[in-house]
Amino acid sequence: MSDLHSWVGLLLGWVLYAMFLTGTVSYFKDELSQWMRPELPAQSGVPDQAMVAQRVADELVALVPGSPQWSLRLPDARNNSVYAFWRTAGAAPGQRAFGEGNFDPATGQTVSSRATLGGDFFYRFHFQFHYMPVVWGRWIAGIAAMFMLVAIVSGVITHKKIFVDFFTFRWGKGQRSWLDAHNALSVFGLPFHAMITYTGLVTLMALYMPWGQQAGIKTAADRQQLNAELSAFIQPGKPSGEAAPLASIEEMVRHAQERWGRDGVGRVTATHPGDAAARVAVARGDGGRVSMSPQYLEFEGTTGKLLAVHEGVGPAAETRGVLYALHLGRFSDSVTRWLYFLVSLAGTAMVGTGLVMWTVKRRQKLPDPARPHVGFHVVERLNIASIAGLSVAMAAFLWANRLLPETLADRANWEIHSFFIVWALTLLHGVLRPAKKAWVEQLWLATALLALLPVLNAATTQRPLWRSLAEGDWVFIGMDLMCWALAALHAVLAVRTLRHQPKTRPARKPAPETVKQPVNKPAGGAVLREG
Amino acid sequence: MTSVAGRVRSVGPLVSRIAAALFGGYALAALASVAVLALPMSTPQAVLTGEMASFLVYAAAVIWVFAVRSALRAWAGLLVVAAPLLLAAWSVW
Repeated sequence: MSDLHSWVGLLLGWVLYAMFLTGTVSYFKDELSQWMRPELPAQSGVPDQAMVAQRVADELVALVPGSPQWSLRLPDARNNSVYAFWRTAGAAPGQRAFGEGNFDPATGQTVSSRATLGGDFFYRFHFQFHYMPVVWGRWIAGIAAMFMLVAIVSGVITHKKIFVDFFTFRWGKGQRSWLDAHNALSVFGLPFHAMITYTGLVTLMALYMPWGQQAGIKTAADRQQLNAELSAFIQPGKPSGEAAPLASIEEMVRHAQERWGRDGVGRVTATHPGDAAARVAVARGDGGRVSMSPQYLEFEGTTGKLLAVHEGVGPAAETRGVLYALHLGRFSDSVTRWLYFLVSLAGTAMVGTGLVMWTVKRRQKLPDPARPHVGFHVVERLNIASIAGLSVAMAAFLWANRLLPETLADRANWEIHSFFIVWALTLLHGVLRPAKKAWVEQLWLATALLALLPVLNAATTQRPLWRSLAEGDWVFIGMDLMCWALAALHAVLAVRTLRHQPKTRPARKPAPETVKQPVNKPAGGAVLREG
Repeated sequence: MTSVAGRVRSVGPLVSRIAAALFGGYALAALASVAVLALPMSTPQAVLTGEMASFLVYAAAVIWVFAVRSALRAWAGLLVVAAPLLLAAWSVW
């Protein structure tokens, strides 16, 4: 069972580490998106959703006439832009059938800010990666999540004395310390790690496990029923072909506001806007309820007449809605959100310490530690690039957001390319340098990039820290302070790794070969302490 | 020839277990997700229940495969569980 744990943990460990870390920061993806669009003014309060909806709807009517369906996400306490996506009218097969954009709530027009994917990049990368078809990415993420689930269950079985281990911590004892740290991090967040892994699978379960649906859903009515249980996206029926303008979207959203509160509306979806057969769905937001199950009002598009109220789904669908919501954490207030972030960070550290432990453990068994076998080498180098290197690459992504010229063609994608180019360079660096030096250098680089990011922000935007403080702009204040906190974390890791001497012999096996270990022992017993 | 046979004998059971875990486990989970449809509830609810339960079935199957004493037992266990599920799934497919 212990072998099963090590191997499922290792095989997709690097993928899992990247998924965990990018997923962790995604709990602040909306704030990150705001920071990455510094041209948009700080949102002092949530604007009236009904008016915003009307503004953006008018804009969409002009921007994508004849679109069979569009949907927009209204601003809320954490969002100062409106995200919309739409089906493209009359898209031939093979053409892009969808479009998307961000809109300014104040004007209704496309946001006049630098082109960026914002925090959505980390969010999407977290479950579908990049540079590959979305479905492949999601399958890889699913397989990794399944491995994680097995790693968690086998881990619990392996560490039988799990709660005793939690209170046992042996500092500076090499492998023992790594193991203790790994155990402590895992046990501390165990319910969370199990929940987040399982619910992650649930978010995409129709992709991974389509068989029941294929066997059971045979009629259009069943299919429609299933869709209704899962989302507030009304299905576009057939257009009548008769032109008719949409009734007041503002009125429809007002109706929903009366029901769910002023800021309680999440989405507005319209099918066949401009056609007599138009339908509009106004869906409740995710805030304040631990469920992603759809709740929405359905209106006749041309008259604004309320056709139906959808506020309940079946027990299984509600269970799924709750599991989904638990994964995304969008219901949370800021305290819960920070808890999510911290426990999730502990999960990242759990995967990271597990990965490093694999090398620490095996190094002691190497016949000649100076010249380890290829497999060991590969694991060691991949660890450097995927742990320290990922920090560098993620910081570089934020640097690119501030440094790339605003007029650059395909700018949003170049931010992403920068991330991957830097990440690839850290791998190259990790391969070329001695392991310990590579760890230390990359950790210092991450420290520098993070520590200087607020400086770069002050130099390149109108929103330096002193102004954010004066204006009470908590998104920017939080971002600057968080950068420094993370810089400090990386600095501590770098110093500990640098100072680390493999002086402690493993308790069990004081064999001579472990004594003459080379200095390039990666981080042994150091990185974990910060977890 | 003998060395090849030796290799098969030493690596074979492990490979067999890995296959049982990866593919046998998935097949069992998929089967369970279909078998749920035989339960007396509405089809969409059953579909969702099956999807949610399938990952737990999969995880349990993998653990089983590596927990038992031999690869043969691992496969046998999967088949024993699969049989009734297959019957249930058969009735709805």
